[in-house]
Order: sequence, then structure tokens, then C-alpha cells
Amino acid sequence: MTFNTLLLHLRPVRLPARTLPFTHTFGLGGSGLVLFLLLTVTGALKMLVYQPAAGAAYDSVLALEREVLFGGLVRGVHYWSANLLIVVVLLHTARVLLTGGFHGPRQFNWVIGCGLLATVLAFNFTGYLLPWDQLSYWAVTIVTAMLGYVPVVGGALEQVARGGPELGTGTLVLFYTLHTTILPVTVVFLMALHFWRVRKAGGVVPPPAPPGEEGGDEKVLFLPNLLMREVALATVLTALVFVLAALFGAPLGAPANPGMSPNPVKAPWYFVGFQELLIHFHPTFAVLAIPLLGAAALLLLPYLTRDDEPAGRWFLSERGRRLAGAASLLGVTVTPVAVLLDALIGGAAQGVAGLPGWLTGGVLPFALLLACVVGFHRAARRRHGASVNEAAQATVVLLAVAFAVLTVIGVFFRGAGMALAWPWRT
Amino acid sequence: MSKRKPGRHGPGHDTTAPARVGAPVATGASGGSADATRRGLLARLAIALGALAAVELAWIVASFLKPRGRTAAAGDWLITAGSAGDFEPGSVTAFPQGRFYLVRLPEGGFLAVHATCTHLGCTVPWDEQNRRFACPCHASAFDIRGDVLAPPAPRALDLFPVRIENDVVKVDVRRPQRRSRFEPSQAVTS
Repeated sequence: MTFNTLLLHLRPVRLPARTLPFTHTFGLGGSGLVLFLLLTVTGALKMLVYQPAAGAAYDSVLALEREVLFGGLVRGVHYWSANLLIVVVLLHTARVLLTGGFHGPRQFNWVIGCGLLATVLAFNFTGYLLPWDQLSYWAVTIVTAMLGYVPVVGGALEQVARGGPELGTGTLVLFYTLHTTILPVTVVFLMALHFWRVRKAGGVVPPPAPPGEEGGDEKVLFLPNLLMREVALATVLTALVFVLAALFGAPLGAPANPGMSPNPVKAPWYFVGFQELLIHFHPTFAVLAIPLLGAAALLLLPYLTRDDEPAGRWFLSERGRRLAGAASLLGVTVTPVAVLLDALIGGAAQGVAGLPGWLTGGVLPFALLLACVVGFHRAARRRHGASVNEAAQATVVLLAVAFAVLTVIGVFFRGAGMALAWPWRT
Repeated sequence: MSKRKPGRHGPGHDTTAPARVGAPVATGASGGSADATRRGLLARLAIALGALAAVELAWIVASFLKPRGRTAAAGDWLITAGSAGDFEPGSVTAFPQGRFYLVRLPEGGFLAVHATCTHLGCTVPWDEQNRRFACPCHASAFDIRGDVLAPPAPRALDLFPVRIENDVVKVDVRRPQRRSRFEPSQAVTS
């Protein structure tokens, strides 16, 4: 009864047959929901054992692993679901971006989606601290210290985020409350809005009908056509998470020791890109200007592009595909070269030849970065005749690939003292 | 969605229907405007009260989020390091419970140097062999006075206030004091 009246109303009775193929959406939004449900169940179980206090947190996690039946498995499922959720949500964002699914009636839902992305990141970050081992303690130390570089209010922000001058029970209680109360309420509210907007927009953005083909608007019943596909995907995904959890579990290092920092200390992998930016840019640009501009551009994307261009096809068009490919190639090749050059020149961020650091490490490289991005956009528009949406797509791809490369460099190619190193030598 | 069977709902539910019964619309010029003023006043009052409640809530949230001090127990924040004469000039003594190093400069002055790197907050050990604080996380280094020897640290190590009473060195570890570089006035002498 509940199933019929509530769950089925999330979906229309009939939907366009053209939106059904797996490769149109890869089932990423639904995968996110499945992972969220796994996280809810395992998280609630862990709350029965976990104690959010500096002297007790680590031991309670240890007790969960060692003394509770299937405690390690539940922790593993939570860990792998959380990390996969970030990947899935990022890929879902990329899918919507690359099929032009954020125009017209879906404009505002893109903004809600950005809110969900931010919430998922906040979820992961607050959860990262809770095991209270060396990895979590120092990663949260440096990410909260990055907040301290925000001009004027940075010191206060850092203190509020830590619940005191340094990490301790205050930080744990704050992060625990966010992780188990405030963020769950937020995410459920945003998900409800998100799904409602999808329904209002008539489902996912449909691919255009093949030219000259009649009956392209054929509709099929949701039950069983889409439901069975979704159930199959959910089952496979759940199985994958359980296999990963059973094989690898969740890591737990030595207990947090405020007196001894490991070498090197890295942020959680999804924030390593910002840590890498901090190596190359003046702090005001690395932790404030660049992230804020990036977030604003992402949020406003539906309002900066055109609604009347064709959408629904992967990469929009053949030219869109070629330009996005060129942007990826450019991002993959230019970013490592820039990182190497900065390392060789000797850290422009530190100030060269008596010039202040905010100029040589901030304004100048930032202006260079902006010039590259604007130049790329103009070349796409003028030289290759790209439409507004094709050029915007290629530019976002360029920036996203560059940030992904920075993340890979930070995670795999930085060793002791955050110096550049080959991953197999460390 | 908006299509409704006419039999199920009365015509009164039709939103396009003209004025509803009981709505005092244009019953008289003076009466209508007085009513409108009263309504307008009440509406504005409700909005003002709502705004006030929102401000109060924000205030409460802020006061709950406000970082509390390092230790609640009185006396915990003042660490007695020992007799001033026990510290050799040029020596560095670690006080792990206070997360600081008591430095006695070669000139004789005292500094309580916060053991936290100013780059991203790692704990810096004292390297006696090379006479420097070396951060293990991102390779910053500081000299005995806390001045930056190697980046990426942007400023000298923070200080805790030191006082010397009756030749006994005491360190107040409640709040580290920021500074950009060492200045002789920072050293405390007895």
C-alpha cells in the first residue's frame, strides 16, 4: 500500500523509451540514493557503539571492530559507501553537465544538486574525524587550519570549526552532531526537493530522436521497464559495497597523538586538490578566491548558458565532443607541467626577487590562470565556431580535469614533506 | 494534474471564482482602508517579530558554536615551568602537556614557543642537532626564536605569555599570540 501510494508516485506511470538505455544516465542518481540508504542503516548501527569524546572515541571504534558481531563489516560498508558516494555524486554531476540536463525546467534543480554535492562533502569530512586516529586527527587539523587563511575572519572560522584552539572533545562533539543530526536532516530535505523537481521536469533530459525516425516519442510503463533496471543496479551496487567491505574493511591507524605529526600530512582525498592549490598559490587565492569563484561559476552555470540550444545528447554534439576531448587533453598535459615548473622555479607562492608573495604567488598566477581559461573559451567560440553551451561545457571540462589532475598529484605524487615524488618510491 | 472531476469538488473550490464570501472587499472607502491599515500593521508586526525570533535563534546558535577555552578547570591554564635559573641560556625545554617549548635565548630572555606550525597546524619537534624546529608535515623550519628559516610557513611560531614571579617561570597557555617575526621585546627577562 505504502509502496504503491508513495514510492511509485516518485515516478510517472509512463516515461519516454529513449531515456531508458543505461548509457544515457548510468543510473548514477539512483546509485547515490542506494548508497545513502546503506549509509543510513550502517550509520545508525555504529551510533549504538560510538562515543564522541577524545578519550573514548578511538577505543569505541576498536570495540566495534573487535567485540561487536559484524562490527568490522558494518564499518567497512559505511566507509566504502561514503567514498563511493562522493565518486557517484561527482559522476552524476558530470553526467548532467555533459548531457545538458540543467537547462529550462531543470535550472533550479542543478542548484539544489550543487547543495547536495556540498552536503555530501561535508558528511564525508565530518565523518573523517570520528575514528580519532592519526590519519583523521591530522587531516582535520590541516583542513581546519586552511580555513585560518581566509582574510580577516579566518582565525575565528578556524576556532569555530575546531570548537576551541585545537582539536579535542569539542571538535568531536561538533562534528558528530553535524554528521548524525544536522547534515542528515539537510540531505533528506534537499533530496526530497531534488526528486520532486526531477518529477516536475518530466524525468531526466531525453536524448533527441534519431533523424528521420518516426515514433521517437514512444512511451513505456515505469513498472516494470525502469523499476526492474533500478532494482538490478541497486542489487549489484550493494553487492559491490559488501564485497569491498569484506575484502578491505575500513582503515584504522594508530590513535590520535597531538604531540606527533606524521610525515606527510594530507587532507582527505576529496580536499587534496585544495591543499595542492595552497602549495602553488598565495593562501588568499588558494582557500578563498579560487574556491569561491569555482563554486559561483558552478552554481550559476544554468543561468549563464542558453535554454534554446539542443540538449540531451552526450557532449551535446559532435563538435561538443571534440572540444570536450581537447579540453581534457589540455588539462591532463598542462597541469602537471605547471606544477613541475612552479616546483622548479622555487615556489612562486613564496615571493621572488623582493616582490611581495600576494603578487608573485597570488595576483600574477591567478591572472595567468584566468587568461588561459578565457583564451580557451574564446578560441572555442571564435576559432571552432562552438555554440554558447558547447564552449561553456568545454571550459568546465578543462577546469574540472585540471582540478582532478591536481588531486591525483596531491594524493599519489607527493611524499615526505609534500615534496614531489614517484608513488612507487615512497 | 489540475484537471478535476467537476462532481467531486464544489464550484467554491475553483480558484478562478470571484470574491469569496466573507472577504471584505470594497465595502466602503473609509472602512476598507482602515481595515487595510490594521491588516498591514499586523502583517508588518508579524514579520518584525519573525525577524526578531530569527535573530535570537542565530544568536543562540552562535553562542553554542562559540569556541570554549582550552581547559575549563581553573589553574590548568597556568603552567609552572620551574625556577628561572634551571634553564641554561640557549636551551629548549619541551612541555608536552602545554604544547609549548620554553626557550631561553642565549641573551637570557625567555620565550614560550607554541609547538604548532603556523603553516597548517602540525606539531613541530625541536631538532637539537641542527638547532631548529623542523615541521614534519610540509618541511617548514624555524630557528630557536621561532623565526621562519624555511617556507611554506608564513610567519614565526606563536608565543604564549610568560611571566616570571619570584624567579619562577609561569606560562599562560590559554591563547597563543600571533606574531610575524621575532622582536627583542618579546623575550621576557626576570
